[in-house]
Parts: sequence; structure tokens; C-alpha cells
Amino acid sequence: MDDVRHLENDVTTQTPKITATGVQIYYADNHAIKDVNVEILDKTVTAFIGPSGCGKSTFLRAINRMNDTIDICRMEGTITLDGQDIYAPGVDPVQLRAKVGMVFQKPNPFPKSIYDNIAYGPRIHGLAASKAELDEIVEKSLRRGAIWDEVKDRLDQPGTGLSGGQQQRLCIARAVATAPEVLLMDEPCSALDPIATEQVEELITELRQNFAVIIVTHSMQQAARVSQKTAYFHLGNLVEYGETGKIFTNPEDPRTENYITGRIG
Amino acid sequence: MNETHISSAYDRDLEAIQAKIVRMGGLVEAAIIESAKSLEARDTEMAERVRKGDKAIDALEEQIQEDVARVIALRSPTAGDLRTVLTVMKISSNLERVGDYSKNLAKRTSVLVQMGQVAGSAGAIRRLAAAVQSMLKDALDAYIQRDADLAESVRQRDQEVDQMYNALFREFLTHMMEDPRNITACMHLHFIAKNIERAGDHVTNIAEQVIYLVTGEMPDDSRPKGDRTAFETHGGSEV
Repeated sequence: MDDVRHLENDVTTQTPKITATGVQIYYADNHAIKDVNVEILDKTVTAFIGPSGCGKSTFLRAINRMNDTIDICRMEGTITLDGQDIYAPGVDPVQLRAKVGMVFQKPNPFPKSIYDNIAYGPRIHGLAASKAELDEIVEKSLRRGAIWDEVKDRLDQPGTGLSGGQQQRLCIARAVATAPEVLLMDEPCSALDPIATEQVEELITELRQNFAVIIVTHSMQQAARVSQKTAYFHLGNLVEYGETGKIFTNPEDPRTENYITGRIG
Repeated sequence: MNETHISSAYDRDLEAIQAKIVRMGGLVEAAIIESAKSLEARDTEMAERVRKGDKAIDALEEQIQEDVARVIALRSPTAGDLRTVLTVMKISSNLERVGDYSKNLAKRTSVLVQMGQVAGSAGAIRRLAAAVQSMLKDALDAYIQRDADLAESVRQRDQEVDQMYNALFREFLTHMMEDPRNITACMHLHFIAKNIERAGDHVTNIAEQVIYLVTGEMPDDSRPKGDRTAFETHGGSEV
């Protein structure tokens, strides 16, 4: 029988954006990520789930070389973005991070005006040739962050004066301002109330049109709501990676099932 | 897989629902077998007990639906837990239908005792009911033990019930053609036989649901079908 089911949350492309091969990460003697192989798809929201300390954030940070800033951290294996090795000698981590944006758990706007929060990245990367062009980028980014209507009349006021949910959307707008291709989100909603969470989730769904989004979350329901693919990490291993609907109804690995159903793993 | 949740209250919620399904299954098994016995023994009191007992089955179904809605709202079940609550919902509504058919059989018993007996029919119907009851017992055991193989065997056995019903269908036709005074009784008996055959289909649904619960996938539609009466023209040429 032809399957005519179509869900909005289906994977729409099979094009890999990021490919990790044989990735091992160590913090000194601690083996944090053990031989992870994964293909992250373009224009897809991928959720990383797993208990605390399972390595999901470590792996996320490896994708834009945030772990470079930690002296004791060492990595083996390769991670490629569009087929280019991001750890190759000639790659500038700053340029990489313009392509692979990141949003953190706690909203962290710069102690600057709302306008400058957004304009900072495009300025240092020279993405705007004129003030008018910069204005345009700022407006477009704030619109993408679903916060334009709330801040358009007070762009000169400090970003730190916004509410928590607004600050987080400001940070997302800041992350998209440099026209990234991948957006990494580490627990973007854990400090937000349910309404702000829903706004951010709605935003993630829209961002998917243009970017590959990877979200680390402890909220199983959030992973189920926003993602098309889910990866379950346990003790540094990638235990299971598959279509979100499948993982949450009929996971293959008993460890995944134990975790998502709230059983002692 | 681990059996217990970190939240023990969640386990207690699921166990309570499970206990209700088992109780409901027991009541329905008794209803189907006793209604058929009441027909064979022409025992109107027993038939009346079955009719009254259906209220308890309906009440249990309602409770189970409420419990399931609560678990979905409060616990957001996933994976195996999700399949459990979905299965419980479907099993309870299938059981409720089997209960209704038994009640209907009991009602017809009250009418049939006022008519002459159709030779051999009540015994045949009791055997049909016993076959469905045995399937139901195994389907419920398969549910409790999460045994997909046992559920599959139940699914295959529905064919036997269909064949028994076919045989009865022809028998009733013969009786009606022989003597038109048999028509009223035979029509009632035929409805009874058809209803028990339908009950067998509901038991098959339960077995399929158990397979989904265990494997995560519904079995494909390759089950042999034994009911041919819809395609045959018994005695049509003689009319």
C-alpha cells in the first residue's frame, strides 16, 4: 500500500551538512567522546539527547571548535563541513564560527545596545559595506529572531535590559546575523518560561528552512517537538541516531528506551 | 529493558491500568461463555446475569479510558510506555464490543427459550463461543506476557472460527428451507453466530495490538480469512 502520510516534521533532504568520522575527544585522561560517526543533515533540526556528562555538549562544541579554548582537550578523527575538514591546518576558527553559530544555555547579550549586539558580528566580519546595509542586516536578523516588533522602537537601549526570553531571542538573532550555515544550540530554553520556550521552538522550526540546526536539550518533549532527527548519547557513545518519530515510538536500543521513558539506565 | 521507572508513581499508574484490563478481560471471557451456556441450557436466569454484568464491563472501559487520558496528560509516555497506553485503549474498546455481543446473545436467549429448539444449534453455538473465549484468553495472556508469537497464533486461529460460522450459516439456511416455522428462531440464531464471529474479529484485533505493543509494528494483512458467506449464493438457484 502506498504510504500517503506526510508530516510537517519529516526530514526534507538527505544532503549531509556535517560529517563526523571516528571522533574521539579526551579531557586529559578522561575519554569524553568515543568513536562517534554521524552525518548531520542540512535543513534539518537534529536533537542531541542523553543524561548529564554523556558528551553531547562536548560533541556539539567540537563542531565549531569551541573546545580549542580548553587546553587539556584533545580530539582525534575528522569533522567536515560541506566536505571540508574543519580541523585542517589552514582553517581559521573565527571564520568557522561565523559559519557555525552558537546559542548558549544562558542568554548572554553583550553589554551594548540592542543594535550593536546584532551589528557586532557583521562589523568584524566586514559583511556590511555601509550603514544602510548594516541597518538592513540588523532588521533582518531581529525579524528572524522573532523579536523585531518588540524592540524596533528601542534599538539604542541596552540588550541586557530585555526579559530573559527576549534576551535569548536577541542572542539567536545575533547568531544568525553573520549568515551562518549551521546553528548550534546548547540548552537554549532551559532558562526560559513556557511562552518564551514556545517562541524559541517556533523560531527553530523557521530557522530550519535555511540552516542545519543542532540542539542539545534535556527536555525530551522539546527534542520530540522540534527535531526531525535525534541522536542519543550515553557515556560518550552515540548509542542511537535516527528519525525522531521512530526514536520516540520504537527505539532500537534498550538504553535509548530506558532513557526516554524515564527508567533507570 | 529496565522494568521500573525512576518515578515509582508512574509505575503504579501503569500497573493500575494493567490490573483493570486483566479484570475486564476476565469479565468478558465469562460473559461470552456464560451467555452461550445459558442458550444451551435454556437458562433465563443465567442469561439475565450476563445482561446485568455488562454494566460492570462498560464501567471498566470508561475508567480505563480516563486513566489512559490522565497518564498521557501527566506523564507524556514515550516508546514502550506510549505503545502500552495506546494498546490498552484499543484492547479495552475491543473487549467492550465483545461484552456487548455477549449481552446481545443473552437477550436473544430470553426470546429463544419461548420457541421450539433447532436441533443441534445451541451446542454448535456454544462450541463457537468456546473457541472465541479460548482465543481471547490466549490474547490476554499474550498481552500480559508481551508474547508476540502467542498473539500471532491467536490471529491465525480466527480462521477456524470463521469456518465454524460458515458451517452454521449453511445449517440455518437448510433448517429455514425445510420448515418456514424455523425462520424466527434461525434468524435469531444466525445473528448470534454472526455476533460471535464478529467477537472473534475483535479478539484478533487485540492480538494484533499485542504484536504492535511488542514489536512496534502492526502485522501486515496476510491473515487467512475463512468467512466466505459474503461471496456465496446458498440455495439461490432453487428459489
